[in-house]
Amino acid sequence: MFSAANPDPIQDSTAVVTPEEKQAGIWKQRLQQLLAFAGLLIIFLAFSIVAPTTFATYSNVMNILFSAVVIGCLAMGATLVIVSAGIDLSVGTGMALCAVMAATFMVRWGLPVWLGILLTLAFGAFIGLINGTAVTILGLPPFIATLAMMMICQGLALVVSNVAPIYFDPVDHASYMWISTGNLIPGSGFPNAIFVLILAVVVAYILFNKTILGRYDVSIGSNMEATALSGINVKKWLILIYAAAGTFTALGGIMISARLGSAQPATGAGYEMQAIAATVIGGTSLAGGKGSVIGTLIGALIISVINNGLQIIMLPQQWQNVVLGTVIVVVVFIDQLRNKQAKAR
Amino acid sequence: MRKTFAALAALALCFAMASCGGDDKGEPTTDPGTADKPFISIISKGFQHQFWQAVKSGAEQQAAEMGVEMEFVGPASESEVEQQMGMLDTALAKNPAAIGFAALDSRAAAATLTKFKDAGIPVIAFDSGVDSDIPLTTAATDNKAAAKHAAENMCRLLDNKGKVGVIVHDQVSKSGTDRRDGFLEGMAEYCPDVEVLEPQYGGGDQAKSADIAKSIITANPDLTGIFGSNEGSAIGALKGVEEAGVAGQIKLVGFDSGKAQTDAVRAGTMDGAITQDPVGMGKAVIKAAVDAINGQTLPAFIDTGFYWYDSTNIDQPNIAAVLYD
Repeated sequence: MFSAANPDPIQDSTAVVTPEEKQAGIWKQRLQQLLAFAGLLIIFLAFSIVAPTTFATYSNVMNILFSAVVIGCLAMGATLVIVSAGIDLSVGTGMALCAVMAATFMVRWGLPVWLGILLTLAFGAFIGLINGTAVTILGLPPFIATLAMMMICQGLALVVSNVAPIYFDPVDHASYMWISTGNLIPGSGFPNAIFVLILAVVVAYILFNKTILGRYDVSIGSNMEATALSGINVKKWLILIYAAAGTFTALGGIMISARLGSAQPATGAGYEMQAIAATVIGGTSLAGGKGSVIGTLIGALIISVINNGLQIIMLPQQWQNVVLGTVIVVVVFIDQLRNKQAKAR
Repeated sequence: MRKTFAALAALALCFAMASCGGDDKGEPTTDPGTADKPFISIISKGFQHQFWQAVKSGAEQQAAEMGVEMEFVGPASESEVEQQMGMLDTALAKNPAAIGFAALDSRAAAATLTKFKDAGIPVIAFDSGVDSDIPLTTAATDNKAAAKHAAENMCRLLDNKGKVGVIVHDQVSKSGTDRRDGFLEGMAEYCPDVEVLEPQYGGGDQAKSADIAKSIITANPDLTGIFGSNEGSAIGALKGVEEAGVAGQIKLVGFDSGKAQTDAVRAGTMDGAITQDPVGMGKAVIKAAVDAINGQTLPAFIDTGFYWYDSTNIDQPNIAAVLYD
C-alpha cells in the first residue's frame, strides 16, 4: 500500500516544499531532537545528583522505560495525526476500549492470544478509520470528531465490559501477560514491554520517514490545499493516517491490559493529554507539517523520568504535575523562540 | 460513494458493539408516574467502580423485598460534581417518595437539598456525609476507623519495626483523606517505631499506582510494607511489588474488595485488606428511605460496617457475604 513505486507528486511540485526548504526542515528537526535529548539528559543528570544511590540504577532505569511504554505507544499515533495538523483526543479512552476488546476476544470468545492481538489492532485501526472518515468526509474539525470519539469510546468500554473489569486467565493467557512483564532475556530484569515500545518506535519511524504515508502526512500538515492541488487524494491519506494512529492506540490498550492482567474499562481518560504532551515536548508542532517520531519517544521518556524522579525524591504529589506542566511550557517556548528567529533571518 | 462507505462503517461499528455486549441485560425502565409503589431515586458517586455496582445490587435486593420501585444513577466519574448536581435536579423533577444521595462534594449539594426539603421529600445520605441538616440519616462506613484498623493489622504483620509506604487514591475527597489520616493515626498509635513515608496519590489508577510503588521501593530499599487505600491503589501496589521483583518481601495491606484483590489475598500475595459492606450499604439506604416514607424516626448515623479479611478468614460466610467481585 505504501510502496515507493508510485510516482511521488511532491517531488515535482515546487508549490509544496522546495528541496532547500525540505533540507532546512530536516536540520531544524534534528536540532529540535537534539534539544529534546539534551533536555532529557539534563533532567536525568539532575535527578542522578539528587538521588545518586536510588535514581541512577539499572533497575530504576528499567522502571522509567517500562512506565513510558503505554504513553509512548499512544504518542506514536498522536504524532502521526498532529503532523497532519489534526489532533486525536480519542487515544486515551480508545486505549481503554481496545483493552476491553482484547479481553472480549480472548477471555469471552476464547480466541487464541495471537488472534486476539491481531483483532484488537484491527479494531484500533477501525476506530481511527471512523475518526478519519468523520474528519474528511463529514468535514468535522479533528478536535470535535475525536472529542466525540473519546466520549463514544469511554461509554462503549463500559457497555461492552458490563461496567466491570475483565480479567485474563493467569494460565490460558500467560503468554499475553508475558508480552508486557515477561523477560525475553531471562534474569535481565528487562521487561518485554520495552522491546514492544522499541518495535513501535521503529514501525512509526519507518511509516513516517520512509513511506509515502509519512511524506503526505507532512505535506498535508504544512499545506493541505496545495497538497490536494498537486493531485494527492488528501482524504484517502488522512483516513489512513488516523487509522494508523488508531492501531498505535490499540497497541497501547494491549500493553496496559497485558501489564495489569485485566482490562479496566474506566481508565484511559487523561492519557491522551500525556500522549499529546509527549508529542509536543518532542518538537512536533501542533500547527502541523513538522514532527519527529524519535522526538516523541524522547518526549515520552522526559515525562516518565520526571514522574519517576519526583516520586523517588518524594516531592509531594501535588507538585509533580506543576513541574511537568512547567517543563512543557519551557520546552515549547524555546522551540517557538527558535522558529521565530529562523523566520526573521 | 464515500458517504455510503462512511455509513456502512458506522453501521459496522454498531453491530460490532452489539455483538460484544451480548450478555448485557437491558435496564428496566421505571416510570414513576404510573407505578403505585413508592419510587426511590438513588444518586451514587458513580457506577463504574465495582463498589457502586455492589451498592446497587444491595439496594435492588432490598427494594424488591420491600416492594418499592427504584432507580440508581451516578456521574461518569467521581470528580464530576456538577454532573451529579444535575442528576439531583432531574431526580427532583421526577418527584420521588425519597432519595438516597452519596455526595461527591459534601457542600455543593446544600442548596439543591433545600428544594427536596421544601417539597417534603426525605433525603437519605449514604457513603459520605453532607454538610447540612437536611438528610435524615447517613448510612456509611466509618473510613477513618476502618483505615485505623488496617494500620493495626499492618503493625501486627510488621512486628513494630520497618518502613511503610502509603498509596492513596485521592487527596481531596473525604474517603481519601479519612483513610489516609486514619491509617497514619493508627500507625502512630499501634507501632510508633515504624517509619511511615509521605503518602503518594495514584488517583486509584492501577498502572500509575504500580509506578508509584516501584518508585517508593527504589527510593527505600529497606521498605517493609505498603498500604493501598482502595482497590486500584492496592492492586497497583501489588503489581509494583511484583514488577520490582520483591514479591513476598513487602507486607501489603489493601482496602475494598474486587476480584483481583480477593484473589491476591486468597493466594497470600496480599497480606490482607479492609472491606466495607457495600451490599449492606445499599440495603440500608432503601430501608432507611422506606422508614422515612412511613414517618419513622431514624438514627443520625447508620454504620454499615467494615471487616478485616486475610487468607485465614476470606471464605468464612460472614466475610464472603461482604466481598464482591
